[in-house]
Amino acid sequence: MATKTIAGKTVQVNDEGFMTNPAEWTKEIAIEMAREEGIESLTDAHWKVIDYARQSAASSGASPTLRTITTGSGVSTKDLFALFPKGPAKKVAKIAGLGKPEGCV
Amino acid sequence: MKTFLILGAGTAGTMIARKMAGKLDSHDWKVILVDKDEKHYYQPGFLFIPFGWYKAEDVIKTKQEFIPGNIEFILSDIEMIEPAANKVKLTKDNREIAYDYLVIATGASIHPEETEGLQGAGWHKNIFDFYTYEGAAALHSFLDKWEGGRLVMNVVENPIKCPVAPLEFLFLADDYFTRKGIRNKVELVYATPLTGAFTKPKSARALGDILASKNILMETEFNTGEVDSGKNILRSFDEREIPYDLLISIPTNKGADVIGRSGLGDALNFVPTDKFTLQSKDWPNIWVMGDATNIPASKAGAVAHFELEFVVENILAHMAGKNLPGGFDGHASCYIESGFGKAVLIDFSYDVEPLPGKYPLPGIGPFSLLKQTTINHWGKLFFRYMYWYMMMKGIDVPLPSAFSLAGKEQ
Ligand SMILES: Cc1cc2nc3c(=O)[nH]c(=O)nc-3n(C[C@H](O)[C@H](O)[C@H](O)COP(=O)(O)OP(=O)(O)OC[C@H]3O[C@@H](n4cnc5c(N)ncnc54)[C@H](O)[C@@H]3O)c2cc1C
Repeated sequence: MATKTIAGKTVQVNDEGFMTNPAEWTKEIAIEMAREEGIESLTDAHWKVIDYARQSAASSGASPTLRTITTGSGVSTKDLFALFPKGPAKKVAKIAGLGKPEGCV
Repeated sequence: MKTFLILGAGTAGTMIARKMAGKLDSHDWKVILVDKDEKHYYQPGFLFIPFGWYKAEDVIKTKQEFIPGNIEFILSDIEMIEPAANKVKLTKDNREIAYDYLVIATGASIHPEETEGLQGAGWHKNIFDFYTYEGAAALHSFLDKWEGGRLVMNVVENPIKCPVAPLEFLFLADDYFTRKGIRNKVELVYATPLTGAFTKPKSARALGDILASKNILMETEFNTGEVDSGKNILRSFDEREIPYDLLISIPTNKGADVIGRSGLGDALNFVPTDKFTLQSKDWPNIWVMGDATNIPASKAGAVAHFELEFVVENILAHMAGKNLPGGFDGHASCYIESGFGKAVLIDFSYDVEPLPGKYPLPGIGPFSLLKQTTINHWGKLFFRYMYWYMMMKGIDVPLPSAFSLAGKEQ
């Protein structure tokens, strides 16, 4: 398993850079990860989504899908795309220190 | 008398009902099967309807034909599932059925109303689906007269049933318009939320190459926000626009409404299910099969068929008070029609992506994996006979249910 040093902390990641242990996550890591994904600063609206995703993953054991996020957090799909452009479910999972969402097969 | 109740008499429900009715002692058990629709559809055949290669009688039969006398069949919509009370309420005569074991096999269906404007003025005029018989038949009438333009195939969101069907449609469209002599007047575009032609790298590349070789354009990471049927424009959530003359949409796929109503589903009404045993994650006497589950496997008839053996084993173990053996490995096998009498076959599981090689006999085949061959095409066509006359008639298909790496090149 690969590791990566981010925001001064060494964490475990998979080959696509998703953290594999959500317990290693910190808010500083989120800020740094967001920058790598092209999001310069995390606003309250971003945090609302990130917090929701962490909660949802803690109770279900899996990264939330796009739909789970919109239904559960009350943020509209359009806003979600504005906050996390292109692939919101993937980006949110990455920034929130969760595994890659088990995608479509 | 105990009751083994099955909801949904499609691909999965029909197979499990037959199997369990054969296994359970009829002195102790009653097997009941419920469905709201008296027609049984061979959905894989919907792909050929728009091109006029299959007709209604190839894909529609009555459910009764496939339900033997030792199963009680009830034609009714399902009002509510009440797992805490082990009870299901039907709409017909307000009947209530108490069950000892329940199998949910209510499938998945399309929900165009989830996308703004999709069911607007253009719906079934120059916007079609082919995931319903009605959609596929309406598209056939349209294509018959169409003189060309820009055809856009759009997957609104995943997961969808038979995730390769949109690709197959495009490959066959290339074939169809070529034969009609108007391929030079038709532009083919594939707009998908995925980053490539398919989810897994090797198959995404192989299928992407076939798209390119047929001059089919791809617009990736396209998440459909709305359809503007006044201007004939498809718009993504991040404001990209794709103009179309003919839009073929794979709308959002969801599990049955009754799953949502009964509080048994996730955000898309799919039932949280153990991916090895197919047991409900919440209710130990409920099993879930086919498209109704949320397991990370393809929503395909072939998958439902591979699940069958494991569902039976696990239910019987549970009835005998034994530990559940699990065993289902996510095995999927899909023939992908690639046009001009050829097809590609992919065979994969939870853990192993589609690889090149031979199937089912290592080194021999007769089918070739991730390659276009004529024999694969015959396999696809033969699947319809296998479906109607073997799978739905309770005759075992001579293919192993478990995924195997033998014959595959890594
Ligand atoms: C265009 C297309 C192409 C496909 N191609 C392939 C292919 O090449 N290979 C392959 O393996 N698979 C293919 N599939 C997928 C395959 O058809 C499905 O995966 C399979 O039919 C799933 O079986 P199921 O029993 O889960 O659902 P279904 O067969 O859809 O059955 C569900 C049943 O539940 C009933 N039901 C639902 N709600 C209620 C209710 N409230 N009350 C009563 N009854 C209810 C429905 O009437 C239906 O009969 C394709 C699908 C489509 C649409």
